[in-house]
Amino acid sequence: MAIVQEFKYFKPKSIKEAVSLLSQHKNSAVLAGGTDLVCNLKDEIVSPKAVVDIKGISSLNGITFKGKRLKIGALVTFSDLIKSEIIKGHFPLIGEMARAVASVAIRNRATVVGNICSAVPCMDSAPVLSVYDAEINLIGPEGERRIPISQWFKGNRKTSIKKLEMVTSITIILPAQTHAGCFVKLGRYAGEDLAQANLAVLVFSNHQYRLAFGSVAAVPIRAKRIEKALNGNPLEKKLIKTAQELIPQEISPITDIRASKEYRMHMCKIMFERAVKAAAERLEGAGPGYGTALI
Amino acid sequence: MPPAAKNLFEKRFLDLQKLLFKEIKMYEITFTLNGEKRIVGVQSNETLLDVLRYKLGITSPKSGCERGDCGTCTVKLNSQIVKSCLILAVEVNGQEVLTIEGLMKEGFTPLQEAFLEHNSFQCGYCTPGMVITAEALLETNPNPTDEEIKEGLSGNLCRCTGYIPIIEAIKDHVKKRGAEQ
Repeated sequence: MAIVQEFKYFKPKSIKEAVSLLSQHKNSAVLAGGTDLVCNLKDEIVSPKAVVDIKGISSLNGITFKGKRLKIGALVTFSDLIKSEIIKGHFPLIGEMARAVASVAIRNRATVVGNICSAVPCMDSAPVLSVYDAEINLIGPEGERRIPISQWFKGNRKTSIKKLEMVTSITIILPAQTHAGCFVKLGRYAGEDLAQANLAVLVFSNHQYRLAFGSVAAVPIRAKRIEKALNGNPLEKKLIKTAQELIPQEISPITDIRASKEYRMHMCKIMFERAVKAAAERLEGAGPGYGTALI
Repeated sequence: MPPAAKNLFEKRFLDLQKLLFKEIKMYEITFTLNGEKRIVGVQSNETLLDVLRYKLGITSPKSGCERGDCGTCTVKLNSQIVKSCLILAVEVNGQEVLTIEGLMKEGFTPLQEAFLEHNSFQCGYCTPGMVITAEALLETNPNPTDEEIKEGLSGNLCRCTGYIPIIEAIKDHVKKRGAEQ
């Protein structure tokens, strides 16, 4: 038997029912895709007394885009993001990131919301959501709450979620200024792997930049110092070099089973250069298509 | 409800009884397995892989890593491939599961014939997962490039073949299928 520990299983039909179950069974876990939770149950990293399966709640499905506001429901999988016409048309950076996550069978189940709730440092979705200034919508026994992503991640596997709450969706407001982006993920090999380092960059037509690194610190790092150095300047060799020299001040990679900190630091500089150049080219309508491997 | 314990000895006895004869809640699930309706009682902590192998006699999906990395447990749930080691059996209530036992009810599929021809397996452990994944890949992408085949199979690991015979089998199958149409 793969899972030794025992727990009750519930499948509520509405958010109200789910919140009520979470309050009733105080030590409970929310189950969506299960690619994180079931693994943790096997390894006994978590020991919930009840598992609340939210896949029966239809209002948590769906990707909507109304009035420049993108809403990604808690049950949206990475495969859903890849197939979505809304994402392809307005948020190709999100699609590029989704395609880099794990493999097909995992993408068919794993959810973006689950990814940010796991808050493991090697998350792929975090840098992208960070540069889009996403907001996380939660509901609990005390009602609804909204947290900006800059305040969501508190540490390795720690978020600002309160005990009896659950995330219902992520919202992003499409930036008004014309922009293009690039997501680069470094793995040990092509194919499914956890990121040794990843980053997301957005380049705007008015010479504004947004940059975030993942897997090189306990939480995703929005590189504000580098953004300050870049903002207002057209992209050219000297500017990229200035930004690269600031990278060690922003990130703090560690040595682990997947890579050494020196390698990660070195590769981040290279990835940043390739990503920002690709994003700038895409802004002009040229450059590598979204999804092309750049590293 | 058993009567309350009257003294410490009785209390200890009832505790021991509870420990030895613990009641575990069973959940009855109804789902379609390889085209047939199945009803089975499962515990909440049994994975789909556990139930398929140990309660339903479907031994093609295998336990490799139990983490969703190796792909030996790959099955089809509704219209998508999934890693059955990461799915609780209770979750498939009312859904459809397909394994290669269901694919080959009338003998080997053309893709499996290609696997045989190209010697695409040695120990055979990865093969059920490879076949399910490849069949699903070709359903959504009937004419994949080499890169797309490799990306599509990236969730299935093989330690024996070095992957080349598997990729060749898939390419050959696509070519033969194209020639027939």
